[in-house]
Amino acid sequence: MSDDLVIGGKTFTSRLIVGTGRYRSMEDMVQALESSGTEMVTVAIRRLDLDNPNEKTILDYIDWNKYNILPNTAGCQTVEEAVFVAKLGREVTKTDFVKLEVIPDAKYLFPDPSATLEAAKQLVSDGFTVLPYIHADPMLALRLEEVGCATVMPLGSAIGSGQGIHTVEEVRIIIERANVPVVVDAGLAVPSDAAKALEIGADAVLVNTAIAQAEDPALMGEAFKLGVEAGRKAYLAGRIPTRNYANASSPTSDVPQPG
Amino acid sequence: MIDLIVNGKPRQAGDNTSLEAYLMTIDVDLKFVAVGYNGEVIQKQNFSKIKLSDGDLLEIVRPVGGGLDLICHQILN
Repeated sequence: MSDDLVIGGKTFTSRLIVGTGRYRSMEDMVQALESSGTEMVTVAIRRLDLDNPNEKTILDYIDWNKYNILPNTAGCQTVEEAVFVAKLGREVTKTDFVKLEVIPDAKYLFPDPSATLEAAKQLVSDGFTVLPYIHADPMLALRLEEVGCATVMPLGSAIGSGQGIHTVEEVRIIIERANVPVVVDAGLAVPSDAAKALEIGADAVLVNTAIAQAEDPALMGEAFKLGVEAGRKAYLAGRIPTRNYANASSPTSDVPQPG
Repeated sequence: MIDLIVNGKPRQAGDNTSLEAYLMTIDVDLKFVAVGYNGEVIQKQNFSKIKLSDGDLLEIVRPVGGGLDLICHQILN
């Protein structure tokens, strides 16, 4: 049975999107991407170092035929900055996909909801396939869908915190109402976090630090692949309801008696 | 000579320099960069049509590894 994920008209077999930051070496990154089975990787857009313009970029290491590149607007604090960086990213990566991030708050790194919505409107009308990073706000998710975003990407917990998913109940509501794929992004630390997201019906997860900073990134990439697959299968299989009391799994009659 | 700001740094170019000619002076494969000119993203086929003027702002960018965590990393370090 085919169980593909479709985002912006593109079909994905893997439900794991992987970030490309914070690896100890490019070799670690390449191996981790490979073992994770991912088909989409995020990249940031930054100024060229004019004193070292021929420094290799990440695109020298990534097989463009194997991975879809998802440029992001990381580092942008305003609508204007995000729209500008999205356009630069489109020009250099030749994709109209963009992971929209507008984050003015340096302490907690929470995304700005109104600026994200405004930037999303502008980018959609300019032909972008927009994947917005948001707090797990069900109303904002609906508004972003209304303006034409291709997904919504609610956060699990604070960026890079490794705290897992604190927003389970809000993410559940977003999933219940969304007609676009829901991608849980940020805060995931271990494959069980990814499995949890997929079990409750999230369509995919995005993971970066948990893989990049693991002692063995390639092994952790594979572990996340398995976590995502397990969570997705459990979602499709249908979980049992929770109960307040025990419910015997063996027959309760015809138990042999000693006397 | 004209004064430019390129990637946030002061730079100079000769009078009547086109954007294309200026970029040629930087040793980089244009396939791997995008160029912003006074806040507008310029497509490669139009590089030769733009004549640089005093005070122009250029942003020459490339993809790098990173995302949300990149920012986090920069703030923490």
